[in-house]
Amino acid sequence: MIEHLPALMVALPLFGAFIAPLFKKHYKGVSIWAIFITGISVVLSLLLMKEVVTNGIIMYVFGADKPTLVLPSGYAVPIRIMFEVDAMGAFMAISATLMSFVGAIYSYSHVKKDTGLEKYYALLMLLEAGILGMVLTGDLFNLFVFLEIAGIAGSALVGFRNYRGEASEAGIKYLMVSSVASLMVLFAVGIFYGQYGNLNLAYIAKNVSFNMVDMIALGLLFASFAMKCGAVPMHYWVPDAYTEVPAGINPPLLVATYASLYALFRVSFTLFANVVIDLARVGWIMSILGVLTMFIGVTMALIQKDVKRLMSYHAISQTGYMLLGVGVGLTVLHDPSKLAEFGRDAMAGGVFHIINHIIYKSLLLMTAGALFYVTGTRNLNEMGGLARKMPITTISFMVGAAAISGLPPFNGFASKFLIYETSYRLNPLLTVFAMVTSVLTLASFVKVFASAFLGPPLEKFENKREVPKPMIVAMLILAALCILFGLFPNVVLDKLVYPAVDALINFAQYHSWGGLA
Amino acid sequence: MNGSLFVNFPFIVVALLLALGFYTIGFKRNLIKVIIGVEILEGAVNMFIVALGYVKGGYAPIYTQAPQEAVGKMVLPTPQALTLTSIVIGVAVTALMLAFAVNIYRHYGTLDVTRVRRLRG
Amino acid sequence: MSFTLTTPSGFWNPLFWVIFLALFGLIAYLIYSRGNPSYKKESDQVRPYLSGNIEPAKEKVQVKAGDIYWGFIEALKGYYKILEAIHTGDIRDYILWYLGVGAIVTFILIGGV
Repeated sequence: MIEHLPALMVALPLFGAFIAPLFKKHYKGVSIWAIFITGISVVLSLLLMKEVVTNGIIMYVFGADKPTLVLPSGYAVPIRIMFEVDAMGAFMAISATLMSFVGAIYSYSHVKKDTGLEKYYALLMLLEAGILGMVLTGDLFNLFVFLEIAGIAGSALVGFRNYRGEASEAGIKYLMVSSVASLMVLFAVGIFYGQYGNLNLAYIAKNVSFNMVDMIALGLLFASFAMKCGAVPMHYWVPDAYTEVPAGINPPLLVATYASLYALFRVSFTLFANVVIDLARVGWIMSILGVLTMFIGVTMALIQKDVKRLMSYHAISQTGYMLLGVGVGLTVLHDPSKLAEFGRDAMAGGVFHIINHIIYKSLLLMTAGALFYVTGTRNLNEMGGLARKMPITTISFMVGAAAISGLPPFNGFASKFLIYETSYRLNPLLTVFAMVTSVLTLASFVKVFASAFLGPPLEKFENKREVPKPMIVAMLILAALCILFGLFPNVVLDKLVYPAVDALINFAQYHSWGGLA
Repeated sequence: MNGSLFVNFPFIVVALLLALGFYTIGFKRNLIKVIIGVEILEGAVNMFIVALGYVKGGYAPIYTQAPQEAVGKMVLPTPQALTLTSIVIGVAVTALMLAFAVNIYRHYGTLDVTRVRRLRG
Repeated sequence: MSFTLTTPSGFWNPLFWVIFLALFGLIAYLIYSRGNPSYKKESDQVRPYLSGNIEPAKEKVQVKAGDIYWGFIEALKGYYKILEAIHTGDIRDYILWYLGVGAIVTFILIGGV
């Protein structure tokens, strides 16, 4: 079974997604089904990580048992669809499955009052399948297909509350943005196919010659994935979509965003790492985009009055940290001394920040969803004094807010610490912006905390009570992870993050499968 | 007329369609027209891939009743397969976008994109 | 198994953190224990005194989220005006921004700068 793990990772959520509509009106049954399927896929992804760390890159070929099998006529190129799983892909797969699982638990009570839940859960699992496909595949066209699957499922979920006009508006915005981005990705894939006659990532990376057409393709891929991961100034869809989506979908949608970030890293490292001069240029573009993203994101967050919108702007600003960390690493990738000195740690900071951010931002968006569930509004001006009514939500919120602001001993601290130290070595100005952003982040969460949870108890919330148990369980899982990751960052770094970073740095390893010329 | 213009003709059309698609998305006010713009864009990309699949002197990879001289000269049908997949995905995207447009019309009473913008700031 | 995270110019160890937490907790407790013990919860002591006026409803005295950081936002008014104006909420602008950034990135990559 273990050798079919990469295919199972995608097949299982797909199977779950297509079974889900059969439950029809049995909403309880379908939600338990979704929790069951996503729970199993968490186990599978952990197995996959273990397998990758012990045995190196896994090649999984669809329709053949070896990647080296060629056409009968002897034409020696990889023609089959392949999944190529390295530690970075497995790392993202863990994030995706974990967040889908938590989202499914949370949804159990969060969307209880809505109808059409069998489709909701089907889409949730479809979204998971799309993300997993994106992060595991080793084939460019396959990447496009899964990007579209994730985009369609995600935007359908954004528009799930179709009795609200705003939800449909956010849905069409997300769909438009993601389909245009995916079409441009397909165009770039077409450019590669036209030149190299192949779609396999490793094969193209080996043969790519960095002529002008290739650079145009890189530009298209870069811009498309940057838009899909919400880099400023193409971030406008992020607050719109995250605000309107039901809070249980926020975690997988967040991972879908970072799957695009993963694709961006994959393209810049694996596909284009051999280009020596221009790589520093790509790294600088990434770092500068990162700084812009974090700063503009956080200043916009400060003035928001809608609690979920505020947190969505923080999602943008935190993406900036990841871009900055990995961008710094990319800038010095071809300078071994600098790479060993700070480049590797910068990338570790960036990659570690992905999973940290996914955890605490999901937690925060879930607490925002809990506030919405209890008060029926997302407007911070109308909330107040909820700390006594919802103690567990309050504690979860405090953990999340401390983590996102980078306070020790929560998980945001470790990764931000790495990013500050290393970006300082490249250019101190980058660090200054990163730190100011962190301060402003704390400031805006103090605002949320003061206005929603503190203050005198309001009369209109007299009869409100804490949210139901499944939502509490989902929030507590993530809060516990926040603290665990923060207390023992070195364990997580050694087991998950450094393998992933080394997989990105040693791009030659990714290219050298099978020995096919 | 030499051959190069003729060979490049599909790519010129692709460029025109891309420009037209982005123009339609960027400057039309009706939401349905914006969706049509995405469709034009998709047509451009599909056409690009199909045009790449043409090999001079190659034969279509249909094995039944293939002529004798086609042996060893058949093209890989990958671009056609890609285009089919992409068309199917495109249909799903369009259907979902139009469904959203219907719902937006129901709630906002308009399809003018300059007025369908409650989410901003 | 050691739990020390060594970074290029520092380190992190949860044990040290726990020791410092205990230390600061002790200091906090010392300050707390010097407080006034005669405070009673169930009396008029807990009610605010507003020059003899009746206390207004809680909704009226609550600090709204929109009022927090008023000075900061007021000082950066020009900056926020531009940023809010850029986020038009118009789908077409989202795509046009993408086109612009894509053009710039491609231009830089093919060696324009």
